[in-house]
Amino acid sequence: MTQITVIEPNGHPVTLEVLDGSSLMQAALSAGMAGIIGECGGAAMCATCHVYVEPDWISRLPEIQDNEDEMLDCVSSERQAGSRLGCQIKIAPELAGLTVRLPATQF
Amino acid sequence: MPKIVIVGGGHAAAQLCGALKEGGFAGQLSLVSEEPHLPYSRPPLSKGLLKDAQPSLTLLRSEAFYAQAAISVQLGARVTAVNRVAQQISVQTASGVETLGYDHLILATGARPRRLAGLAADTPGVHEIRTYDDALRMRAALPQAQHVLVVGGGFIGLEIAATARALGKRVTVIEAASRLLARAVSEPLSQHILTTHREHGIDIQLQAQLNEVHLIEGRFGGATVNGERVAADLLVVGIGADPRCELAQAAGLRCDNGIVVDATLLTSDPHISALGDCARFPRPGAGDWMRLESVQNAHDQAKTVAHRLLGNPQAYAALPWFWSDQADLRLQMAGLWQPGLTPVRRGGVKPGSFSLFHYLGDQLRAVESVNAPVDHMTSRKWMQAGFSPTPAQVGDLSLGVKDIPTVGG
Repeated sequence: MTQITVIEPNGHPVTLEVLDGSSLMQAALSAGMAGIIGECGGAAMCATCHVYVEPDWISRLPEIQDNEDEMLDCVSSERQAGSRLGCQIKIAPELAGLTVRLPATQF
Repeated sequence: MPKIVIVGGGHAAAQLCGALKEGGFAGQLSLVSEEPHLPYSRPPLSKGLLKDAQPSLTLLRSEAFYAQAAISVQLGARVTAVNRVAQQISVQTASGVETLGYDHLILATGARPRRLAGLAADTPGVHEIRTYDDALRMRAALPQAQHVLVVGGGFIGLEIAATARALGKRVTVIEAASRLLARAVSEPLSQHILTTHREHGIDIQLQAQLNEVHLIEGRFGGATVNGERVAADLLVVGIGADPRCELAQAAGLRCDNGIVVDATLLTSDPHISALGDCARFPRPGAGDWMRLESVQNAHDQAKTVAHRLLGNPQAYAALPWFWSDQADLRLQMAGLWQPGLTPVRRGGVKPGSFSLFHYLGDQLRAVESVNAPVDHMTSRKWMQAGFSPTPAQVGDLSLGVKDIPTVGG
């Protein structure tokens, strides 16, 4: 299990204990967090698990692949430097302490 | 406090629990599901689950979510009857039959895969995929299989065929119609999908009649197709699904290829709603009725039902969209294609990517995208907003889809 923090759109931080290997989207969704939808179940098909990775963490995540990059161009809230799709971030021990913010809207 | 009981454990049921909780529902909420698992994501079952190193069940909401939301969950429990007068359901569990009262009942019973006549679903070598356990059973059988025969060239059949092919199996797909996905996608997209699968080495036979399934010592041992023997050793049945209406029907609710509901997804009983794969609802703005089997439909209908139960009724009017991953094709569909539309093809930025924009007159009705997610997402936004770019605009590659002006022309 790895601990990460997801900040809800209203600024409320939620600490999650995440099973290694599962995605950030799954973790936030299964915890019932508002502000993340993950409609397609993690196939990078719907762009409704958009998160903003805190600046310190941007370069510590695996690089954005083409599919994700294209879907990020279609997110509902503004794409920023830290924008990622939560379904493409697989949680692992080296991501302990990862902090992301949820955008105001997902669709 | 009102008591809501949800029958079913799929995407619609889970999403409704989430939407009611997010909307501040303060009554009692119960979920009764036949499956032994909490509601989980079904799309991976026909793809990653069959080929990933480790199979994993992706719960839509964690066990802790249901506990924290005080949602009473009964798994492995089958609802056998609805007593509309007493507002009670009968639930069969391992320990017997019990009754559960409701103020409002939600039928999210889903659909059931069609089976080949005379062929039991548990026949060794015969597979269908609807549930996680179905997928695990196929996953366990795949390593020994040499030649997979898929009956039905629909989404599930083709996804499984592509997955089996990626695992190095010999794969044959037989489809009774003259083209793949004939009811769901346009002719040119159908043709592209056919060509792609054939290039990957899948044998696809159209207008193929399955004459006989051969059992050898009780196990699937090949089939006769169009009079010729196909020596396969694993059979996948992907010939569609039927709505599960028997409970509603026995309770006297109006059913017609689905549980018939109004625009707010209420059945003919004001204390009972139905949604998702099992519900037949008024097609927005069209005057007829339809049923959709898709994640989007389950999700958006759950929101509609939750809004009504929370005192804010609104008609279901979401734009249908769906997707399929097959081999190297990422297919994304927005709106529903139907015969009679005129396609405008727009080539994509990458090789192998394009979109078909389908028009009825000057109105954009459906967009099919192949490896072109920006086209898909942009078109969804357009259609949701009731905007139609002109055929000339979408056909003009000098203009990015996102740069097409949506106001003032």
